[in-house]
Amino acid sequence: MLPEYLNERVSKALKREKLGLKDQNEILKKIEQTYENAKISPGEAIGVITAESFGEPSTQMTLNVFHFAGVAEMQVTVGLPRLVEIFDARKRPSTPEMKIPIKPKYAKTIEAVRQIAMSVRETKLVDISEQIVINVAKGNVEITLDRKKMRDLDIKPKEVLTKLIEGMKGLDVKEGENSIILKPKDKETVLSEVYKLKEKAKEIHIRGLKGVTHVLPIKNKEGDYIIHCAGSNLKEALLIEEAEKSRITTNDVFEVMDILGVEAARAAIINEAVKVLRDQGIDVDIRHIMFLADVMTRTGKIKGITRTGITGEKESVLARASFETPLKHIINASLIGERDDLNSVVENVILNQPVPLGTGLPGVIVKLPKGDKK
Amino acid sequence: METQFNITEHFLVPEHIKLTEEEKTILLNKYNITIKQLPMIDIKDPALKDLNPKVGEVIKIVRWSPTSKTTEFYRVVVDG
Repeated sequence: MLPEYLNERVSKALKREKLGLKDQNEILKKIEQTYENAKISPGEAIGVITAESFGEPSTQMTLNVFHFAGVAEMQVTVGLPRLVEIFDARKRPSTPEMKIPIKPKYAKTIEAVRQIAMSVRETKLVDISEQIVINVAKGNVEITLDRKKMRDLDIKPKEVLTKLIEGMKGLDVKEGENSIILKPKDKETVLSEVYKLKEKAKEIHIRGLKGVTHVLPIKNKEGDYIIHCAGSNLKEALLIEEAEKSRITTNDVFEVMDILGVEAARAAIINEAVKVLRDQGIDVDIRHIMFLADVMTRTGKIKGITRTGITGEKESVLARASFETPLKHIINASLIGERDDLNSVVENVILNQPVPLGTGLPGVIVKLPKGDKK
Repeated sequence: METQFNITEHFLVPEHIKLTEEEKTILLNKYNITIKQLPMIDIKDPALKDLNPKVGEVIKIVRWSPTSKTTEFYRVVVDG
């Protein structure tokens, strides 16, 4: 039996060729047979096949860690380091990246898109001020805002003021002539306190998505505008009115996991891995990648293929010991009196026994004849 | 504030369907497995928000697949 989608394609092709009924049946039979033969049989060591399929091509990958993606001056980790990052399930990618497509109705001109992009980028106080100085005599911090930059970003001084009051508690915030004056409320102020205050004020978040340091609007082949962001913040990106929210992507798999769930994280792992491999011109069958992603998300959380991830959760002591840090595992196991049922492959290899794979998997069941023994 | 985005509309999130108790037994019998052998999904998973799941229930996931268009996958709801 062919799966539905294959059946459709086959019958379409058969119709096109205008063959006789006998030929058609023959072809169908052949296709079905090929399909059946291609199926993985029970007991096949697919894990090893996947490992080989990844291992060999990844030795061919360029060792060049960084490259510049097209005209964009954005650094992205690619190649082997990125692949390791994905499958080890590192908490944050070394170069977080987010792509925000813009709804066509907001993307009439490049200017409009650029405006949106600027509002997406994180703007801190230091970005829009001409200078931030400490007035030693008065014991306060004077911030001179850069009017031109603020006009470019369309930020009103009022907005800055409210953000400052929100962000800095226990402070006197006064609007002076052309400047904002910050003063600690305590009467006696030490200079070092004022200095700390200045450093804190610099980092005050004015607008944009936290963590997004660079933005770059790009027009793709279909003519849609996409904003490429260095730095990722999916949660806040999903609140942008102008964005095509259902198509925002990020390369931070854990962020996808937190906001969209495990199934989305699984899809994201596959997409990311495929992207890396295709970039390098390597053709690993997608089934291997899907299999790995399934294993990584089996527990409902993302587990990397490391000794703290899925390998560390193996039941067998010997299997764990054979991966990394063998002594640690064996010592710990003997301390708590762990038991090894020798159900899997590695431990049986260690003990020189047949492994439960392929023909080693099934046992022999004998039906004893009824009646008395002679 | 803008309206909250419904994450089930996101292209990465496949359809999640809660199985009835009856469907659950049929599934377990079909593959001859116990509930513990199923892959898991956390009860706090954002994709399950509208399903209002309980621990031990089985969620059917209809994924898009590049090799067979759609595939069904099952996860059992677990806590923590």
